[in-house]
Formats: sequence, C-alpha cells, structure tokens
Amino acid sequence: MGVREEFLDNGLRVLVQEEHTAPLASVWCWYRVGSKDELPGLTGISHWVEHMNFKGTTNIPREKVKGIIEQYGGYWNGYTWIDQTTYTETATRDALDHMLFIEAERMASCLYDPADVESERTVIISELQGGENDPEQLLDQELTAAAFHAHPYRHPTIGWLGDLQTMTRDDLYGYYRQHYVPNNATLVIVGDVDADDALKSAARRFGSIPGGEVSKRRRTPEPQQLGERRLTVSKEGTTAYLKVGYHAPAATDPDFFPLLVLDSVLTGAKGLNLWASFRTPPPQRSARLYQALVNTGLASAVSGGLVPTQEPFLYTLSLTATDGTSLDALESAVLEAVDLVRRQGVTEQELRKAKTQLRARFVFEQDSITNVAHQLGFFETIASWRYFLSIADRIQAVTLEDVARAAAARLTASNRVIGRFEPVSGAS
Amino acid sequence: MITHRGLSPTRHVLANGLTVLAKETRTTPAVTIYAGFHAGTAYDPPACDGLAFFVSKTLDRGTASRTADQIAEELDSRGVTLSISVNRHAMWLVCTCLTEDFDHVLSLMGDIAMQPVFPAAEVETRRGEIVTLLRQDQDNPATVAMETLMRTLYGETHPYGRRMRGTLESVERMTRNDLQQFHARRFAPQAMSIALVGDLAPDRAVAVTESVFGGWQKAPPEDVVVNGAPPANGRRVQVLPMMNKAQADVAYGFTTIRRQDPQYYAYWLMNNILGQYALGGRLGDSIRERQGMAYYTFSSLDASLGPGPLIVRAGVSPANVERAVASIDEELAKLAAEGPTDRELAESKQYLTGSMPRTLETNAGIATFLQTAELFGLGLDYDLRQASLLGEVTLEQVHAAARAVLDPARAAVVVAGPYSGSLQ
Repeated sequence: MGVREEFLDNGLRVLVQEEHTAPLASVWCWYRVGSKDELPGLTGISHWVEHMNFKGTTNIPREKVKGIIEQYGGYWNGYTWIDQTTYTETATRDALDHMLFIEAERMASCLYDPADVESERTVIISELQGGENDPEQLLDQELTAAAFHAHPYRHPTIGWLGDLQTMTRDDLYGYYRQHYVPNNATLVIVGDVDADDALKSAARRFGSIPGGEVSKRRRTPEPQQLGERRLTVSKEGTTAYLKVGYHAPAATDPDFFPLLVLDSVLTGAKGLNLWASFRTPPPQRSARLYQALVNTGLASAVSGGLVPTQEPFLYTLSLTATDGTSLDALESAVLEAVDLVRRQGVTEQELRKAKTQLRARFVFEQDSITNVAHQLGFFETIASWRYFLSIADRIQAVTLEDVARAAAARLTASNRVIGRFEPVSGAS
Repeated sequence: MITHRGLSPTRHVLANGLTVLAKETRTTPAVTIYAGFHAGTAYDPPACDGLAFFVSKTLDRGTASRTADQIAEELDSRGVTLSISVNRHAMWLVCTCLTEDFDHVLSLMGDIAMQPVFPAAEVETRRGEIVTLLRQDQDNPATVAMETLMRTLYGETHPYGRRMRGTLESVERMTRNDLQQFHARRFAPQAMSIALVGDLAPDRAVAVTESVFGGWQKAPPEDVVVNGAPPANGRRVQVLPMMNKAQADVAYGFTTIRRQDPQYYAYWLMNNILGQYALGGRLGDSIRERQGMAYYTFSSLDASLGPGPLIVRAGVSPANVERAVASIDEELAKLAAEGPTDRELAESKQYLTGSMPRTLETNAGIATFLQTAELFGLGLDYDLRQASLLGEVTLEQVHAAARAVLDPARAAVVVAGPYSGSLQ
C-alpha cells in the first residue's frame, strides 16, 4: 500500500494511499501558509482565514453548510499553526467525491460575507481569551515571544488582540486569494478508495481552478542568541509554572532526530503526529526529568516539546511546581539534570529504550486513516512526504555520538530562555 | 450507503466471574488493553471524597513483587503508557502495546490490579501531586463552574454531587490504609471486565487473560445503587467571580434519566439537536454562528447507571454573560415548546447512525464501545441494533423529552470567571 503522487496541470499535488481497513475515507487539504507568513498588523490572519473558510461558498449557500458532512456520518475540522493551514473530513467512503467538492469550493470560492467577518471577529477573540484563562498557555506565548526577536515564529498563531480588533474583511479576503491557490496546496486522500477513481475525482473537482502566483515570502532569520534570556509572568493564580525553551533545529536539520531521541530520554517519547500524539501521554516514568523532578516531589508534571517545523523553532521543557515548591528550587533541579546530559550525553541503554519507544509510538499513531493522511500532508508542508517515510530509518540511525553532539550544541545556557509564571495571591 | 457488517465481538466469562471482551483487528501490529473495575468515585466512603481518585494515582506505584521503578521500566522500555482514570462508576486501566509485548504487559497489568501495595513514600509523593491538581482546579473557571453545578444539581452527599478529586482537607486526611481498604473492597474479578482489541485472536485473548487472572478468587463486592436526583425547586443561579481571568465559563444544567431508561434514545436525539449536531446544534447556531459570542458552546447528556445530567456549556467574554444565558434560556424554551422539526430529527438520526464506522475505526474506539455496551448491558449486537433503536424514535417522543427537561425556570446556572454582575 504505497503512496501515489500526481500533479494536476494547475500545480495541485495529490497524494493517495489505499487503506482498506474500514469503510471510510479521509481527506486533508493542506496549504503552505501559517502564522510565520504574517506581516505586522495582520497577526492571526491565517487562523482567521481558516475560520472564514467554514462559511458559505459560491456553490454552498451559507444555510447549507450546517450538516454538509454530518449527513455522511462524517466529521470535519481544520487547524492553523506556524507553518501550515489544513482542513479535513473523514466520513464513509461513498462521501469521497462530496468531500473533494467541499475542499475545491474552499480553495477557490469562499464568500467572506462582511457580516460573517464581524461575527467571527468576536468568536476568535473569545478563543484567545479562553486560552488566556490557562496560565501555562500564557507562559508559552510569552516565552515564544521572548525567544524570537526577528523571526515571525515570535507571534502567537491566534494573533495579538490589537490586530484582531482592527483587521478588515478586505485584509482577510486578500490574504485568502493570495495563498489559496492549487500550486500552494497538497490534497491527501487515504482510505477505502480506489486510487485511480480518487485521482479522477480530484482532477474533476480541482482541475478548473487556475494556478496562481506563489510569491517568495521574505523572512528574517533569527540571529543567534547571545546569552540566556529570562522572563516572568506575574498574575493572580494558585500554581507556579516553569518553562525552559532552547532554540531547536528544523525538521530537516541533521540534529533534529538526535534531539528527538534526547527528548525521549529526558521526558518520554511523544511521537511526531501533531493531530494524535497528545491524546496519549508519553511513557515517561523512567525518564530522567520525571525521576529528578516528579518523583522527588518538586514538580507535579513535566513534559517536553519538540515539534517538526520548517525553520528552527523551540525545544521546550514545561513544569508544574508542586504546591509549596519554589521556582528557584525547581529551576536549579531541572537545569542540573539538563547540564548533566549536555556534558555526558546519554547511555547506550537509554538510546535503545528511546528508539523502542519511538518505534512503538509510530505504530500506535498510524491507527486510523485520519492519522495516516495527516502525517503525509503535514510533512509535505514542512519538508516532503517522502521525508516522512524516511523517519523510522533516520531514528534507528541515531548514534550515541549524535545525541552527545546535539546535546552539547543545543542545551547551553546562552541558547535558552527561562520563563516563570509566578502566581500572585488574590486580594480576596 | 455503507452496510455495516457488525463487530461480532467475543464475550467470555471466566469461572471466577471476570468478563473478557475480545475483537481481532489487523490495522496495526498492536493491541489495546482496556480493563474496567466497578470502583468509581460513587464508591468513596462518606467523608472520604477523592479516595477512588487517590487510588487511581497510586495503584501502579508498587506491587508485592515490583517496585514503582521496576513497573515504570517494564512499561517505558516497551513504549507503553498505562493510563489509569476514574469516573463516577468505574476505574479504567488502559494501554496500547505492540503485539509482541502483549503477554508481558497483560501479566504486569494483572500484578498491578491484583497485588498493589501502595508504598508509603509513593503515597506521600502522589498526595503532593493531587494537592497541586486541586490548587490548579481552584484557578480553572471551567472546573469551578462544573463542580459547583454538579453539587447544586445533586447535593453534597449524592455520588454525582461530590467532588471526584476530593478536597484539600479530605486528601490531606486519607491514609495508606484507606487506599488499601478501597482496593480490597472494590477490586475483584466479578467487578472487572477487560476488552482486548487488536492484532490478537479472541481465543488467545481469553487464554492469556485466564492465565493471568484465572486464579484470582475474592468475594463479590457489594453493589451501590445510585439514588434518584433531588427535585429541582426553581431556578438556582450562582456567580463565582474570578477576576484574574479573561473569559467566563457558563455551566447550565438539569438532572435527567438513567442510561437504561427506554426513553434514552429520544433524549439522545434531543441533546444532539439542541447542542451537538454540526458544531453545537441549535446552541451553536445561535450563540456562535449568529451572535458570535463564544468560541465554544454545546450541550452534553451523561445518562449513566444513575440519572445523569444534561449540561449546556459556553465560554464567553464578561460583557456577554447575560446575553449568552438569555440565549440559552430562549433556545431551550423554544425546543421545549415547539419540539424539533422533521428535518432536524432526520438529520440527527442520519448522523448518529452514519458515524458508527468512525466510532469503530480504531482499536481504542472499539474497546471503549465494547466497555460501554457491557456496563449498560446493551448486548453484543448493539452496534447493529443502534440504528433501529434510533430510527424508531418519533418526533413526539423527542418533543416530550425536551418538555420534560428543558425548563429554564428549573435550571441550575453557574458562571465562573471575570464577572460579578447580578445574573438572574
């Protein structure tokens, strides 16, 4: 069951993989546009455009949107992140052509009714405020902004409130027209389908959409950080949080997989599926930081985050201080554990365990056609789908020396940002 | 239309009373183990709120023959995460492992379920984690709103009204002996069912379970009957100001029926129309799509062994709290007065029936489905019968369900967040 790749004349890349395990089909339509492509004044526009693309289109009147995929027992959704925007439907296989119709409409024919824009403005501000209710999310946002001075990875995907309040319908529509062209997209179809039929159906639905200009986007590379950065969020709350971020390699950098192995040793293997991995916590109780911080009672939770990205992003360690533990005590314990691995690397046994964990996680996260399709498209937006197919081998090839080199190079004081959420007790 | 051929799972009861549910699939070389015990928070003794939750956090931290570190090493070295969770009625031990590791992992899980020792040092460390969780909960408007709503609907002593994670006071007070007693009282083969789904033949699933658990003999635990909910006397509104937050959480609800009630399917469809279908049903149309007031709004129905709640949720800015609650009132009153339309009922039936293949796509999905069917006695062919159970429901039955439940004058309404107004 291999991947078939075809290009339509308008430049649309179509990937099809037959999987006959359930009578279902999953469609994902990916765009190489995310919050790193946004200009000042327009932060959050990629995500807002995603929201607008669930409203009416030329051939799907507004009132027909509701239930359009549910009538096939299906599910639809979308997400936007720093490198990509994507839309998905999973439904019974007889809905395939219908799903492709929806995605073709979404690519070329969304309406951006001004009333819908205004109503969605407040929905998105509500989404932003819901996120701000969570101290960990707030700390993550502040740490990311402190880590990048120049590169647009610095601003949150949801955008800054001031931009969300002032952006116009024409800003949104212009951005949509600029980026939603077939030659900036990848269509992925996985499931109980015939590959030839699926490709024909894709050509019929998308073939008449003209290709557009995919402009080269200018981005300022992040200059090297010159020393440790620190920040504090002081806010009323009950619990203290610590987050340490290190500038990390991009997905295609030779250091990426050694660092992924290193993260497994420190906090347990997560896998690499943004859509599925977070649903099951990593096996981490024997991991170094769990032993050093949770089992000693300093932290109630620890997690590591290394996500494949197109350009260098962050490797983060997130900790929740147990009630009564000072952030100073927690910080020195975590930095001590990180410094040990920076100086000495990991052991042969740890390397073996990390590889086993990652192998198992890759099996587990391929358990649905939705997940299989996600991975092909996700990697196509940041590197290539063929790169995804090579990951298992790349992990197996990681050596002790690779891990030691990556740890020594990346886990330095001058490469990190330390963020603290210090709860201030309320007046009442 | 796709014809669903049916799961046809295997169900086998061992001589000691343990129920095995098995289904072979070939999607991945992996097996999902989904074990349940009738050991939920409903079995917390009086004044011991949070005991079952405490057990769930310490059960796998040492057995008669393994230390916590040994258990961690055996699981981690196979890439396996064992999740132990608890709800009102059951404690669940769940993991997925590679097929090649199945025998070993099941044997380890048996050791954890049958022979935990709750080492004193582990109990103290996990107590600190639970206290931290409770402190985080106090700062989380959604959790504050939901816990307050459940206490208002059911009262302080009803199993559905008590705090599942306990209180700072109850967690500080509980001892290692309390944990051991709870385990001794509630964990027994007659109170256990295990679903094994994946790359594993059913007869092997039964044989390996027999070899791990077959020798386990205990007296059957006593059953606890969940009482009916107290009557709702008028509308009860509570505002819990949390001025450090950006958004207010609204939790608005009623008590309803038991899962085994014959009216369940009418209630299910009513809830789907009200607050689920296509991004939040009628509530989503009004509050999110038309008025742009909330990123999320929906309703959920949790009919269980006891009469569970129907709860409407929304997250809104403080300026919109009153308008959002008024809109919920309005949508509920309208559905109660007029009932759903023919088209709405047909669409919800079509959706719930048509989504069965998705529900049963993954091993974890199948295992969850099998355990739900087992808990409520729905039968091995429930996946095939569900369509007709839904299909037979009439418009009048759904309307009757709406009339019986959705009365704003008898609702409990809780708002937690940066709002201190005088909501009615």
